[in-house]
Amino acid sequence: MSEDAGEHITAIETPVYLKYNFTAGQATTRFLQQVRQGKLVGQRRPECDCGNVYVPARGSCAACGLPTTEEVELGDKATVQSFTIVWIPIPNNPIQPPYIVANLVPDGANISFIHLMSECDNDSVHIGQRVEAVWKPEEEWDYAMDNIRYFRPLDEPDVPIEMIGKVPLAGWEGEA
Amino acid sequence: MSERLSQQFELGYTYTRSTGPIVGRFLTELRQRRIVGTRGDDGRVYVPPMEFDPVTASALDEFVEVADCGEVVSWCWVSEPRDSHPFDTPFAWALVKLDGADVPMVHAVCAGRDEMRTGMRVQACWAEETRGYITDIVCFEPEAQGKGP
Ligand SMILES: [Zn+2]
Repeated sequence: MSEDAGEHITAIETPVYLKYNFTAGQATTRFLQQVRQGKLVGQRRPECDCGNVYVPARGSCAACGLPTTEEVELGDKATVQSFTIVWIPIPNNPIQPPYIVANLVPDGANISFIHLMSECDNDSVHIGQRVEAVWKPEEEWDYAMDNIRYFRPLDEPDVPIEMIGKVPLAGWEGEA
Repeated sequence: MSERLSQQFELGYTYTRSTGPIVGRFLTELRQRRIVGTRGDDGRVYVPPMEFDPVTASALDEFVEVADCGEVVSWCWVSEPRDSHPFDTPFAWALVKLDGADVPMVHAVCAGRDEMRTGMRVQACWAEETRGYITDIVCFEPEAQGKGP
């Protein structure tokens, strides 16, 4: 059995895969049904002191644990709460680095969701920046957050850090 | 609201693991169809090799070649293999103490359910093409009669 000794092994590939089925609950189903119609809709519990609007809603208020019974339609505008520049390619992901992944708070909501930013200069993306959703053509809409291709910068004044997560649906007019 | 939305997902981590010099040597030897362990401070031979002595914690670097046959110390029958198992027919996970080693190592044993017993002699079945992975040993099989020590 003469086999070439070859190089000394210093690393081995050890991939791990997790396959699972995700079944949406009532709140997520409702959210996805409306995303399919091209609308971002949050939920809140009107009686709650916290007044938080959650998106995507999970069906209960994080402050009091009670069901969020009221739907609140949100706009396409949002504020950058935080972001990262991704430099490492992700297997099977068609997006080429470097690209921006951001936590965005839509106007009228109080918590952020994660989405992509594009049509922007990566080096000038910043916390408090105003952005708007760029939707796919209507015929491509499905039960998925990537109905929104990405968010792009708006030419509006930045939201001060203490106001991020508190911008009303009417939008942000800049500091008085 | 009767609609039920369900979707399949696959989450994958394409890890590459650094082996370090000790495990790297073990895998390099496996690729040449040899099994090596390290000798501990008390003289015991650990297979797969330990990087540090489990009692004194000193770094170990004396490699010892052991046989590719040995004895089943303990085992568990897998009657319904899953997707991630190495075989799609029933097999055993076993602790195999190789001749020359002082501790057993885990590997699969391909044998009939009725053949499996603690103390049985087994022999490594090598892959046709070795790559430096533990799967270079496809499994252990019952040793042919009269080949024992
Ligand atoms: Zn509440």
